[in-house]
Amino acid sequence: MNMNLTLKIWRQKNASDKGKMVDYKVSDISPDMSFLEMLDVLNEQLINKDEEPVAFDHDCREGICGMCSLYINGEAHGPDRGVTTCQLHMRMFKDGDTITIEPFRATAFPVIKDLIVDRTSFDRIQQAGGFISVNTSGNTIDANTIPVNKHDADTAFDSATCIGCGACVASCKNSSAMLFVGAKVSQFALLPQGQVEATDRVLNMVKQMDEEGFGNCTNTGACEVECPKGISLENIARMNREYLAASLKG
Amino acid sequence: MSGILNSSIGRKFAMALSALFLMIFLLQHFAINLLSVFSPDAFNDVSHFMGTFWAIQYLLQPVLIFGVIFHFVMGFVLEIKNNKARQISYAKNNGAANSTWMSRNMIWSGAAILAFICLHFYDFWLPEINTKYMQGDMSGLLANGEFRYFEELQHKFVDIWRVVLYCIAFVFLALHLLHGFNSAFQSVGANNKYTKGLKGFGKAYAIIIPLGFVFIALFHHFNH
Repeated sequence: MNMNLTLKIWRQKNASDKGKMVDYKVSDISPDMSFLEMLDVLNEQLINKDEEPVAFDHDCREGICGMCSLYINGEAHGPDRGVTTCQLHMRMFKDGDTITIEPFRATAFPVIKDLIVDRTSFDRIQQAGGFISVNTSGNTIDANTIPVNKHDADTAFDSATCIGCGACVASCKNSSAMLFVGAKVSQFALLPQGQVEATDRVLNMVKQMDEEGFGNCTNTGACEVECPKGISLENIARMNREYLAASLKG
Repeated sequence: MSGILNSSIGRKFAMALSALFLMIFLLQHFAINLLSVFSPDAFNDVSHFMGTFWAIQYLLQPVLIFGVIFHFVMGFVLEIKNNKARQISYAKNNGAANSTWMSRNMIWSGAAILAFICLHFYDFWLPEINTKYMQGDMSGLLANGEFRYFEELQHKFVDIWRVVLYCIAFVFLALHLLHGFNSAFQSVGANNKYTKGLKGFGKAYAIIIPLGFVFIALFHHFNH
């Protein structure tokens, strides 16, 4: 059965605007629509009325790019588990529901417009050390020629599935980015290619994370629950170990 | 190594170390208090030893006081820093969907425990310091020649309102430990195949120790 819904959406003209919650009605919403398609319907309505459409981030709409965000009814990416907002479907809601839609909130994620936030702080953390230095002059050795323990390879891959969407930061009561940084540190810490720069990597990434104004992790575990890719708290523990060992060395 | 306390992970690590130290102290405190239920004489002997042995008084006691102050000050500093990391709150936030009440309210359970420690110091520690170091009486004896420690303990729990306040504080202690025990291990980087077992042990510790303190307070109230 199609649904009629009330939407309470954060509207903010630009980064310096104060912003406020605005109520909208949408009708005849199919339960098979994705959440973003429902917002497309709302925006068509607004455009037809010569009103400013709601700005929100999206790209692949396949749950793999990490572009979509949204804090829906008090949870990052909404009430479903293991999915991004683009993979959240309207069947998770009921006819007559009121849905509150807000941008991811963190000092390090300033709002650009409406529901779009600036997540380039994550890019700067990556640039600080989330890479390995490889000679690409034509003599690059195939990574598969280096034997890697299966368990380590699988665990590193799990860490590497982090799409950097920022749901961990949005869900954390402290706006901590430690699950993201923990995953990015772990994906290299477990592989031989990551060992050479391991000390500098964790020190530089954590330094950048702190400079960006993210909060301190208090191990509530909210990040792990809300992460659309199921990144585990083990990544934070591993980063803590890496950081403490690197601090003693450095 | 320098400046490790200026980093978020370094502060977490220091917070966890002080928490682990305080949890060991709590276990020792509980064990001694439990003696008062089974053997007043043994409680008197151990209390006198703890209150007069130089290494405990002049080495461990200052470390304990530093640990307590550090844990509370760092807790409030981290809370202030964390609040700055989100200056605009959500209009709707469903914290219960992804985390426990205890984990989200450590600052409040911690503040309640701090208030209790002030009361506890007023009740026991300050009179002890006064007797030993202001009046210079290190004998630990009453006028009748018996040890004073068990007598003083029972006397404190005559007042029902003090017992009620203590019991409320122990509930907050349990709530704080239910998250804090395992959080401390995660902060020092211990998340491995033993974590599941440790979580079970942590829950047992967080419930048994405060419940034991409640039992001791009630025991002395009804048996004075």
